[in-house]
Parts: sequence; C-alpha cells; structure tokens
Amino acid sequence: MSNTQQLEDLTTQVRRDILRMVHKVNSGHPGGSLGCAEFFVALYNEIMDRKDTFDMDGIGEDLFFLSNGHISPVFYSVLARAGYFPVEELNTFRLIDSRLQGHPTTHEGLPGVRVASGSLGQGMSVAIGAAQAKKLNNDSHLIYSLHGDGELQEGQNWEAIMYAAGNNVDNLISTIDLNGQQIDGSTDDVLPMGSLKDKFQAFGWTVVEIEQGNNIEAILKGMAIAKSKTGQGKPVCVLLKTVMGNGVDFMMHTHAWHGKAPNDEQLAIGLEQNAETLGDY
Amino acid sequence: MKTYTNTGNKDTRSGFGAGLTELGQTNDKVVALCADLIGSLKMDDFKKNHPERFFQVGIAEANMIGMAAGLTIGGKIPFTGTFANFSTGRVYDQIRQSVAYSDKNVKICASHAGLTLGEDGATHQILEDIGLMKMLPGMTVINTCDYNQTKAATIAIAEHQGPVYLRFGRPSVPNFTAEDQKFEIGKAVQLTEGTDVTIVATGHLVWEALEAAKTLNEQGISAEVINIHTIKPLDDEAIIKSVKKTGCVVTAEEHNYLGGLGESVARVLALSHPTPQEFVATQDTFGESGTPAQLMEKYGLNSASIIKAAQKVVKRKK
Repeated sequence: MSNTQQLEDLTTQVRRDILRMVHKVNSGHPGGSLGCAEFFVALYNEIMDRKDTFDMDGIGEDLFFLSNGHISPVFYSVLARAGYFPVEELNTFRLIDSRLQGHPTTHEGLPGVRVASGSLGQGMSVAIGAAQAKKLNNDSHLIYSLHGDGELQEGQNWEAIMYAAGNNVDNLISTIDLNGQQIDGSTDDVLPMGSLKDKFQAFGWTVVEIEQGNNIEAILKGMAIAKSKTGQGKPVCVLLKTVMGNGVDFMMHTHAWHGKAPNDEQLAIGLEQNAETLGDY
Repeated sequence: MKTYTNTGNKDTRSGFGAGLTELGQTNDKVVALCADLIGSLKMDDFKKNHPERFFQVGIAEANMIGMAAGLTIGGKIPFTGTFANFSTGRVYDQIRQSVAYSDKNVKICASHAGLTLGEDGATHQILEDIGLMKMLPGMTVINTCDYNQTKAATIAIAEHQGPVYLRFGRPSVPNFTAEDQKFEIGKAVQLTEGTDVTIVATGHLVWEALEAAKTLNEQGISAEVINIHTIKPLDDEAIIKSVKKTGCVVTAEEHNYLGGLGESVARVLALSHPTPQEFVATQDTFGESGTPAQLMEKYGLNSASIIKAAQKVVKRKK
C-alpha cells in the first residue's frame, strides 16, 4: 500500500471496527484507540518492514510493541486487516474463549502479539530487550513501540529511558501518544509532566515531533525522519500529538471516552461520520 | 542409614556463578542481566568472558525483568541476577505480566534468599518469595541445597522452556551432593531411607535435615529425608510414596510457613493421603540482623528444630 487515500480509507474502516467492537461488548477503550488509528495504519502498512506471517522471534523484520495495551481495539483491527488473523475474529473481542482479550496477550496465541500489556509502564523495557536481541543476532531491523503520555507516570519507563540512552540502543523508535488525557482528566490536572521533549532530550534521546499525529502524511514524514535518526548511537523518541477520540466528533478532545463504549444511538452517529470503505467485519 | 560427607563449605551463589560460566561456554543463546550486584551474584566470569551477552542494567530491577522478557524475542535465554527480595517482591507485576503471562523463557536467579542473608536485616531477607513465585501460573520454582546442586540446576534450567525462579543464598554451607549429579526439574531426591517419619526439606534446610536424621536415628526414630529442590512442579508421587510408609511428615524450609513448601506438601497430602504434618519454617514474621547461625536458631530453622518437629509428629500418628 502506498497511496495516502488508501491509507485514509483503511483508517476510516479501522475507526468503524473500533466503535463496533467496543459497542458490542459495552466495554473497552475507544478514545485512545481512535486517536492512534492513523499511526497504526501507517505503521503496519507503510513504515514497518515486516513479514506477512507471524513467528514470535521475528528475526529479519521490524517489530512493534504496544505498551498501553488498553488501546487493543485499534491494535486488533489493524492486525486483522494486515492479515495476521481473520477480520471476522474482531467479532469475538472481549468475549469468553476469545483470542482477543481485553488487553493484548500472547497467552491465547493471537498472531501479531509478542508480549502481554495492560499493566502500564512495562513495554519500553521489553522493547529494549528485543532491540538488544536484534543487535546480538546481527539483525539490522528496527523495534517500534507505542506508549501513552499518561503512562510515562509509571517509574519503570524512566529506568528504561535511562538504560536505552546509556547503552546506545539506537535501533529503537519509541512513540509517545501525546493526547494530553488520562482516565481522571487531562495529564496536566492529574500529574503535570512538564516538557516530555526536554525530558527525553535530557536523558540522551533523539526527539522527533509530529505535530499532526492524526494526519497520515505528517505521520509518514515524521516517522521517516525518525527512521533516519536510528543507528546513530541514540534511541529515538517520537512525540506524536494526537486527539483522543479522533474521527468521532463527540468523542474528541475529552477523556470521557477513555474507557467507555458508545450506546446504540452514539454508535450510529459515529458510524455515520465514518463511512464503510473496505467492508465491515 | 546412608550418610553424606561435607566436602567443604561453599556458598550456593558461587554454584550459580559456576553454572553460568559453564553455560556461557556451552550455549551461545544464554545472556545474563544484573542489577548492580555482579560480585554478590558471582556473575563476574560470565561478564568477563562474554561482555556482548552481559547486560548491566543498574539499580533498576523492573527494567531488568522487562528487558529479559524482550530478549527472549529473538531466541535468547536470559538469566537475571539480583537478591531474592529484588527478584520477586519488587518486580512482581513485571514478572506476572511480561514474563509469566507472556510465557517468556526467562530465568530469574535470586541470591541472598531468606534469613541467612544475615546482618543486613529484614529489608533484604525475603521469606515470602517462594509463595509469590509458585502462585504464578507456569512458573517453575527451584530452591537448591548446596553448591553442586545449584551449579547443576543453573545448567539444567537453560534447557527448560519456560519461566523459572531459581533461589539460592549467601552463606557458605556444607557441599554434599554429587559434583556430577544430573539435575532433574520436578524430581525429588531421596537422601536417606526411613520408616518412622518423612522429612521433606528444601534449600539450606536439607543439610540440617540430614543432621537431624542422624540424631533421630540414635533416638530410635528412623527418618526418611527427601530433598525437594523443585517446589513447583512438586514431586507429588515421591512425597505420597514416602508418607504412605512413614505415616507422618516434617517439612523444612527457610521461608514463611504461609505460602511455602510446607503448604504445597500439605495440599498434596490433604488431597491424596491425609497425614500429620509439622512445619519447620518462619512463623509469619520478618527477620532481623544477626549472623546466619544465630538467626536460623532464633527462628527455629536448624536441625534442632527439625528434631523437635519430628518427635512431635511421630507422637501424633494414631
């Protein structure tokens, strides 16, 4: 896939998937999922050099780790539509006996998932370990990871951030979903974190900012810059400014839809704003 | 009664270090991580021989566990090293999610477990780690008794697919198991044959159990000593078989009686062969500063305590 319109169409379909998945089980996290839809679509369909089939070790391909596992709806939708498992399986999200658990897990053997996440703050450490394994295997492919901005309140991240810079883990691109929201309110209200750019730079990372994190072309451009900064002795951080709930007007710019599903009427409005492009599952 | 000879006191952590050194030479998938305790964990040789496969993470255990999980992706077999307290309680959620639930092939190697850490006191003397680790689905839990066994176990767990908690200690203790032993995960080792009482011991308490058996024998009580180096999966069969013969059991461990080996044995027996049991373990308490010997005596974890428990449990038989 290379054409921006195709990526945008896929993003619209992914938004529909997200809304329908969380609506069906009246649970899950639509806000952060919608905010990162463009990023996931761009990552899996344009940015990463990945194999079509899944094996856990992932030697000879780029790997992705989702640290803020609660945005599983967008992850599952994009994985399914990238061919890792049948899109019909999105129907089983959060249901009993499903491989699509509330938060991603390797436990049920879902292709595309390499570590469980949900308990926040652990993904960067795992990504660093995988990046070190790549180096030991003389595998020049990259490790990508995604983290919530609120998630950076977990201390383990800063252990990892310090380690990665101190040990020149320069085959890692960690993206921070900078939507400024968390469950209890805005990040500034809950626990002000100051300038994340300054913090990452002070820890010795290269920082790339993507101001329009819901714009496919801006994402592609920014991630290409990030990629060009790898292999230079420093880990790379992408600060991706997104709008939580993006693409569904009443869900945007608020933390209200962090972990709340739309009702029937709200679903209908959301779907109306995102016309079917590639076919619903 | 079969007797065992102490070939010279050695610390179990050095057994770990020696095992890791050997693994470094024989298995290039093995990598090691340490959180600023290389000397204490005896990981110096591995670091020196294989600097590219050694990861000094600093005082950051949570990151160490997560990195270990990540290193398995790409086929590495990571061994993490720090004190037992920082290997378990400090990083429980990291182990739970990134290692156990994710079924990662990480070997969590923990030194300075229990009271025998000594003078540093209760902040460092974890007595709850066996319980914490055995409760995690899929986790194998091993507590070795001497230098030779710790070395053998270290080598053996590299061949086992899945997460392992390997627990050992700081002090020099009798080294009495065979240097060339084959370590079988989940397989109890019967050390003496007896007819009156079964003593199921793990870790540093195994030697104490052997000492106790000698004295009990002189008193006319024939004790069968079983070395349970693997607490999970537990060798149910070996325990049931012995207890069917002796009719009572003493469990002995350097751990809280809540959550330890004793409770695992009690469960097996309750289900299959209800049997009088006495627990040699700490009694839901924290430790304190002191020499290892003083602490083991004060908290009732030596051969004298095992003897008393055996005498008591034999009387409880109907």
